[in-house]
Amino acid sequence: MRYRATGEGGEKRRLEFMKHIIAVLLENEPGALSRVVGLFSARGYNIESLTVAPTEDPSLSRMTLQTNGSDDVIEQITKHLNRLIEVVKVVDLTEGAYIERELMIVKVRAVGKEREEMKRMADIFRGRVIDVTDKSYTIELTGDQAKNDAFLQAIETDAILETVRTGASGIGRGERVLRV
Amino acid sequence: MEISKAELASAAAAAANSKSSIVPELRGAEILIKALQAENVQYVWGYPGGAVLHIYDAFYKQDTIQHVLVRHEQAAVHAADGYARATGEVGVALVTSGPGVTNAVTGIATAYMDSIPMVIITGQVPTHAIGLDAFQECDTVGITRPIVKHNFLVKDARDMADIMKKAFHIARSGRPGPVVVDIPKDVSFKKVPYKGYPTSVEMRSYNPVRKGHGGQIRKALQLLLAAKRPYIYTGGGVLLSNASAELRTLVDMLGYPCTNTLMGLGAYPASDRKFLGMLGMHGTIEANNAMQNCDVLLAVGARFDDRVIGNPKHFAQNERKIIHIDIDPSSISKRVKVDIPIVGDVKEVLNELIAMIKESAVKPDANALGAWWDTIEGWRARQCLKYDHGKGDVIKPQFVVETLWNMTKDGDTYITSDVGQHQMWAAQYYRFDQPRRWINSGGLGTMGVGIPYAMGIKLAKPDSEVFCITGEGSVQMCIQELSTCLQYNTPIKVISLNNRYLGMVRQWQEVEYEGRYSHSYMDALPNFVKLAEAYGHVGMLIERPEDVEPALREARRLKDRTVFMDFRTDPTENVFPMVQAGKGITEMLLGSEDL
Repeated sequence: MRYRATGEGGEKRRLEFMKHIIAVLLENEPGALSRVVGLFSARGYNIESLTVAPTEDPSLSRMTLQTNGSDDVIEQITKHLNRLIEVVKVVDLTEGAYIERELMIVKVRAVGKEREEMKRMADIFRGRVIDVTDKSYTIELTGDQAKNDAFLQAIETDAILETVRTGASGIGRGERVLRV
Repeated sequence: MEISKAELASAAAAAANSKSSIVPELRGAEILIKALQAENVQYVWGYPGGAVLHIYDAFYKQDTIQHVLVRHEQAAVHAADGYARATGEVGVALVTSGPGVTNAVTGIATAYMDSIPMVIITGQVPTHAIGLDAFQECDTVGITRPIVKHNFLVKDARDMADIMKKAFHIARSGRPGPVVVDIPKDVSFKKVPYKGYPTSVEMRSYNPVRKGHGGQIRKALQLLLAAKRPYIYTGGGVLLSNASAELRTLVDMLGYPCTNTLMGLGAYPASDRKFLGMLGMHGTIEANNAMQNCDVLLAVGARFDDRVIGNPKHFAQNERKIIHIDIDPSSISKRVKVDIPIVGDVKEVLNELIAMIKESAVKPDANALGAWWDTIEGWRARQCLKYDHGKGDVIKPQFVVETLWNMTKDGDTYITSDVGQHQMWAAQYYRFDQPRRWINSGGLGTMGVGIPYAMGIKLAKPDSEVFCITGEGSVQMCIQELSTCLQYNTPIKVISLNNRYLGMVRQWQEVEYEGRYSHSYMDALPNFVKLAEAYGHVGMLIERPEDVEPALREARRLKDRTVFMDFRTDPTENVFPMVQAGKGITEMLLGSEDL
């Protein structure tokens, strides 16, 4: 079995299921998003997460797609993305050094002595409490997905009332720049 | 055409006038007509309806573009598609919203699978009604999205000219394909200033490459010239790129064997010895064996699809180096890993390759090539397309195609087909020597294309003979177009190989389902002779082998008439060679004795 280092931490995963973060610049036009999503469903590719928003140039949107698959599949995915008329540029960030961030908001039960413990956990993970009731905290965290996963594992499962995650956004490290 | 030029001149004059601040106001529908004229569109196949009435009104007021009223929207798209395949021009179809669009979907998907340049104009409910489940509303952009190269919704009549320019540009450049332009009814009605049709198009997100990478071509050349058992495998891309002459030059210079896919027939002359016949599921022994046993494979404008390479694991058992020339990067290393990919227009890349061969001091290894040809001739000697003529009391379908080929091979002939056994017999027994003469639905495999294809071609090529080789199953899927053929005087010759079975289904049921013929026998067929006559054409019933040639002769003599020939053929005849699903391409069934 082949392994390859990936991600910020140099963590190893099986190549067949290797995580890829693909950044896409596309025309900010109605329907462009559905073309990308339609491509993935039509050809049976996975989407783990997808975020999209306009860039500083309002005619362009930037999308971060997280997917997994073998090298052959990832090659086809990038080729097919490039084939879409509205797609301007495609970069597989995982091919080089990159930074990945995800925003997660978690509503947790916080009563009695749990209250102090929950605040401490949030501090350890550099989270912030952004809303408070006498029975709950709402905690905001940013980080790569592994960190957010780790927070959810660190606190008691029963205490989690609600979770919302944006999915990964990614950008190349150093002076590597993706623009038109 | 003069009028079209005049229209252009008036548009140019209008543009000049704009400096003096007099910009003419035109309706969206009128701008659409101007765009079609500027793109030199001669024919539009269509069917009117509520959402396109303004557009039809604009058609009524012009006389440069001929509109052909079909009998079903599916046929409008097929006819425009057939026209595009035969001429290389962009085919244009026009349909109304809702059911007009959904009927057109089969035609659009057919063109998409075979990369045919088309612009399909669809009506839409007025912009204020979109999303409100209006009468004859459907999400055209959403429904057609997976089966088009691109699609547009024109939300503002001021965008009409730009969008049409982009639509034609996208349809015909790069890997061609159908483009849908959806026009709401209020947009076609609204009057807006018209500053003329754009002369150029700029798109930062769409710039298809044409020239291949020089270094890659050089590497390919070295590999090709060092080959011991070389093979050239070409597909529809050679025809789309109009590169048949270049292919012929290349094959002749190298002296290498060549095969064409179903979509690529005619790219290399079938009557030449270097042509090994079609390859694939119903390919010849020599074509398939050469594919499996070659050491260097040059794939040109072909996509290694499942009907060509059979089981990919079996294909990979033999080691070979693969060079793949294709304009679409996503076609490369999709099903088969390629050693030297060359992304570019086939014609440009072949020209470059030919120039390099001329300069090269290295020549192909004549001894190795001689031995390779000996092997190939051994395969060819098995004459896999020989068939049993029987006792002479029943018409063999292959015999009809062969007879037609013998009669028309030196003529100016187009052959369309539908989908099924007759399609394979036509591909095997009619030897296409010229490009764009064999018109069929290869990718999607759409039954019913034959008659619409033929009428689309006949309109563009009135002096050519156009035959539609079909079966009694397929032909009934668009038979209503016989009516269109009469209205627009497009006399085609329909050759129906009537075996009373959905033959290809029956064949698979015989081979794979132990002869359980589930719903493949067609009872209660119409009297095709009377049916043809009811449509105002000539019908013929041919039941004996000795009548085949006289019937074809008589049909050809009736130059100005559409003739429907109902050939009653052997009901149990099968297409051989045959590679069963899941088998390797050299694991062929050669005749009924193998069943």
